[in-house]
Amino acid sequence: MLEVKSMAEFMASGESPDVLFWVGCAGSFDQRAQKITKAFVQILNKVGVSFAILGKEEMCTGDPARRAGNEFLFQMMAYNNIQVLNGYNVKKIITTCPHCFNVIKNEYPALGGNYEVIHHTVFLQQLINDGKLVLKDGGAFKGTKITYHDSCYLGRGNGVYEAPREVLQALDVELVEMKSCRSKGLCCGAGGAQMFKEEEAGTTRVNFKRTDEAIETGANIIASNCPFCTTMLVDGVKNREKEEAIKVMDIAEMVALSLKDQ
Amino acid sequence: MKNQELPSLNYVFLLKQTTLEQPFISIKMMIVQQILFVIISIVAFYLFAKKASEIRRNILLGRDEDLTDQSEKRWKNMVLLAFGQKKMFKKPIPAILHLFVYVGFVLINIEVLEILIDGVFGTHRALEAPLGSFYHFLIGFFEILAVLTLIAVISFLVRRNILKVKRLSMAELDGFPKRDANTILYIEVVLMSMLLIMNASEGAIMLQEGTGNGFLISTMLAPAIVGLSPESLHLIERICWWGHILGIYAFLNYLPYSKHFHILLAFPNAYYQRLTPQAEMRNMKDIQNEVLYMMQPELAPPPPADGSQPATSAFGAKDVKDLSWKNLMDAYACTECGRCTDACPANTTGKKLSPRKIMMATRDRLEEVGTNINQNKTFVEDGKTLLHDYISVEELRACTTCQACVEACPVSISPLDIIAQLRRNLVMEESNAPQEWNLMFSNIETNMAPWKFSPDERDAWIHS
Repeated sequence: MLEVKSMAEFMASGESPDVLFWVGCAGSFDQRAQKITKAFVQILNKVGVSFAILGKEEMCTGDPARRAGNEFLFQMMAYNNIQVLNGYNVKKIITTCPHCFNVIKNEYPALGGNYEVIHHTVFLQQLINDGKLVLKDGGAFKGTKITYHDSCYLGRGNGVYEAPREVLQALDVELVEMKSCRSKGLCCGAGGAQMFKEEEAGTTRVNFKRTDEAIETGANIIASNCPFCTTMLVDGVKNREKEEAIKVMDIAEMVALSLKDQ
Repeated sequence: MKNQELPSLNYVFLLKQTTLEQPFISIKMMIVQQILFVIISIVAFYLFAKKASEIRRNILLGRDEDLTDQSEKRWKNMVLLAFGQKKMFKKPIPAILHLFVYVGFVLINIEVLEILIDGVFGTHRALEAPLGSFYHFLIGFFEILAVLTLIAVISFLVRRNILKVKRLSMAELDGFPKRDANTILYIEVVLMSMLLIMNASEGAIMLQEGTGNGFLISTMLAPAIVGLSPESLHLIERICWWGHILGIYAFLNYLPYSKHFHILLAFPNAYYQRLTPQAEMRNMKDIQNEVLYMMQPELAPPPPADGSQPATSAFGAKDVKDLSWKNLMDAYACTECGRCTDACPANTTGKKLSPRKIMMATRDRLEEVGTNINQNKTFVEDGKTLLHDYISVEELRACTTCQACVEACPVSISPLDIIAQLRRNLVMEESNAPQEWNLMFSNIETNMAPWKFSPDERDAWIHS
């Protein structure tokens, strides 16, 4: 059973959490991404992190609207979110979505929203380094061949390449890199609001191309850090009829499966 | 046979005659050459300055953007990215070849300093006496660079025209861009050859006179011409000297019309590059305020007393003047290497979008606007815009904003920033968005999420 309290509940009891977990729209509504959300909460519960969510008060950050060109809508969403966040005096935010991460961390400050924002893979790496998150020996993924997909907004966009890889190393996996990785990482095809429309005419789809790179590594798992990348790669793997051989998993899901029993 | 040899014997004889009078003729010739040199130099620099100031004016047609903060970091970027070519080394082979040309270009131009002195004052190798033996070392070093440059430039010609490296032979380069690239390379071949032949003829003269062995590399060419008469050698030396400096002036004046202008603009472009995280989109302050005043009307400034409407500018960019000056400088700094397009997920999966073409289109449109201003003193509406006439909706819609193009560019260009501003204009000024995006917008507006889910369900996952 997951233990999740909202910011409003904390306020009502006169307490305040250490961090706010920004779930994001995908993490809240998308069935595949909900699993990532739950896996991450499971870890937070296990480690005993004092956290809250905004719950029904959370709204889209405005990222897809801004990237599509609708600055008005973005500004509306940003205004409302910042009002809520500042109203609760939020200082530290963790999110499982690199798009939310980028917008809140880099684009909200100009609009009056200043918070310490941490992507969940970086947070997991910190927990492991601090010894707060203990993984079971010979865990679920020991020796498994895994390739890591750099999301554009965490990698190139914000320069986070190593933390997620360090978490995977802590899981004792065999990490293999794709042809394009780190700053040269290939997009999954979802960014820039592409997630919400049909791709323009071309010779192939971006997610198919990226999935092919992952298949070439011979890995059994594609590790991701973004709910949108996860969706795109799952589709890619399905299209190449490799669902049996290759799974797409968020790093949080992999960590949740490797938690040491009490 | 004998008859045929006669004229050449006569010719040698005539030349011999001239050598007797050489001091007189050579002084007269020298003065003519000096005057000619000064005139040509003034014209060459004037024409370059004129075109360069036009380009500066064109760049400043763009919107204001302050990119002068953190000067220490900016200098560091310039040293690392432009001077040190840091990003070039992501592709080692072209990087090394490019380094040869770059170092060759920068250092060999020190010799142009001597050419200028000699040309103006009628001296011959003016730096030889003051520098002494170091001079011969220096010329030897330049000759090594000249040979390396030749090797690199020929390799580049092979890569473009024989190997047809994909990013260098895409259809978007057909016509002028391909010719432009080859022209620059041919000019370099000519310049480097002139330099070496000039030195070789001097070396041959030294060998003939027994005053030296010539210069490091070009002395290897000397045996081929050492049999020529001193007069012919002097003539070759003069032709090459003039050819070299005229070639450099031609090159200088071709630059502002060419993609090769990057050799100058790479430096300011690295200095003025945005220092914010690559994924951060630029804020639109006017829209931010509009939303703020809508939500908190008490913060809105009072309307002007005379009842006039405050001037508003278009949202996003429709034409080049709506872009920032940095976007426009980017367009002139682009050397069409295509690393951006090579890295673009949309382009490599067959979509119409090519970040390089975005930059080429921006420059083409800006040049057109510039010509319009030259002809009419001020811009006269020509019924065209960057959006639609140069860059299509389909191209703009293919972008995933992954920033691979920005990351790939060795000279700090952001095609993405231009794409984002054109998209803003499409959506906010033309309401031009695909149906699915309009649906996404209305979902965000009404459900606070891009999908059609009730906001009340947002935390339903806890219990699912």
